[in-house]
Amino acid sequence: MPLVSFRGVQKTYRSLQGVDYPAVDGFDLDIETGEFFCLLGPSGCGKTTVLKLLAGFEAPTAGQILMNGRPVTGASRDRGVVFQGDDSLYGWLTAVENVEFGLRMRGIGKTERRERARHHLQLVGLTGQERKYPAELSGGMKQRIQIARALVNEPAMLLMDEPFAALDAQTRALMQLELANLWQATRTTVLFITHDIDEAVTLGTRIGVMRAGPSADVKGVIDVALDGARSRTDDAFLKYYKQVYEMIRDEVAASIARGVR
Amino acid sequence: MSAPARAAQRLWRLYGGYAVGFASLFVLWHLAAVYVVSSVLFPPPATVLRKGVTLAQSGVLFEHLFASVQRILIGFVAGSLLGIPIGLAMGSFRPVRELLEPYTEFLRFIPSVAMITVAVIWFGIGEASKIFLIIYTTIFIVIINTAAGVSAIAPNKIRAAQALGATRAQIFLHVALPATVPYILTGMRLAMSNSFTTIVAAELIAANEGLGKMLWDGRMFMLVDDIFVSLVALGLLGFAVDRLFRWSIYTFAGKYSPAT
Repeated sequence: MPLVSFRGVQKTYRSLQGVDYPAVDGFDLDIETGEFFCLLGPSGCGKTTVLKLLAGFEAPTAGQILMNGRPVTGASRDRGVVFQGDDSLYGWLTAVENVEFGLRMRGIGKTERRERARHHLQLVGLTGQERKYPAELSGGMKQRIQIARALVNEPAMLLMDEPFAALDAQTRALMQLELANLWQATRTTVLFITHDIDEAVTLGTRIGVMRAGPSADVKGVIDVALDGARSRTDDAFLKYYKQVYEMIRDEVAASIARGVR
Repeated sequence: MSAPARAAQRLWRLYGGYAVGFASLFVLWHLAAVYVVSSVLFPPPATVLRKGVTLAQSGVLFEHLFASVQRILIGFVAGSLLGIPIGLAMGSFRPVRELLEPYTEFLRFIPSVAMITVAVIWFGIGEASKIFLIIYTTIFIVIINTAAGVSAIAPNKIRAAQALGATRAQIFLHVALPATVPYILTGMRLAMSNSFTTIVAAELIAANEGLGKMLWDGRMFMLVDDIFVSLVALGLLGFAVDRLFRWSIYTFAGKYSPAT
């Protein structure tokens, strides 16, 4: 049984003018335990909608989302979330206090949760920054806090919504490398949303390409048989890049034609 | 450089500008009073200071000062304690907002100064009417700012807490409340300056003591120096209270920045 199944999921938003807009429709997807699934799609295709539905922040208008065979009914600590921007961090808490937030809510004692939060800050390379507030940290560091905050809570899977999209190119490349290493070490199931083919081929064990919206669904899924460290100049890497590119090219064109950025 | 010299330099950097600013205020006042107006109706600072010392020594000044400060403090604290939970509820729950908004939107346009009349009729000229008026002038600003703070919380802050397993009560206590602190404090700071206006107006009209009463007596008996002592006392008091507010916001709530 897959860890997560989307079965004919539909999500319709109503505009202020009262017009219904089907963001995703007939969306089917299975995610297996231990895989790093990259969901790739053109801007505005509904990738983030898929993540919000699985996170339980929003409910589908039709269809079903199952996790371990049970329908998802709301947010839960089964599914840790890393958001694109930094506005989910708590500005009044230090780095270590942000990371231990989930443990504190569960009533885990201060000594233990500090210990675990410190360990996870170390995992994401933030040793020595424990007592700084988010405002004192760079964009990359803030994303590391988010990753540590989600992982320390031991979720069954991690949902990442374009977590590196707002970072500069060098920081992004570094964060991708570190995330790949972290995933090799933990093998946590990940759903990673991105619009960047390069990022998807760098990180994913499988890549799902979404069709341009409205009524977006999965156009196709590509298995990435690359193991360990991936190099952007390897022939195999370029082969996957080309394969994904060919699948998404028409969708990007469709999305541009529709006037989405 | 020696340690005392460094300390002096530090003090100068921190407060030098203020000191010069205040000094220039009194110099200008002196010049205007002595060389431009030159009338007993506009006493120079030295005269006012002498009068202030006399009134302070006799205890009259402090009697008035304490009366006003006490009313402001009681009314301000009560108004804030009432306003914060109401504002939180209005910001958090749509039905509460829809139910209470007519009250806040209607009443906040009736100035507290206009309410002096009914306050005196209802509660007499004693403490009750003054405290009622300060609560009245405090509560709406605090409510509106608190509610605005709640609705300004980034949705992802709430979502992150949900995904970390926080309950609704925990989200309220550990996310919504701290995220709203800067707005609450801003509302309180605005309310404080309104409280000054209100208390003086109320004491002008009906009171047995207070800085406003002192002003009114000064007008009745043509004690111009007394009037100026009261005015200066109000200015200094307001300045001191606002500094205290800014200092406590900086010290206790500096990290509760609304931006992050």
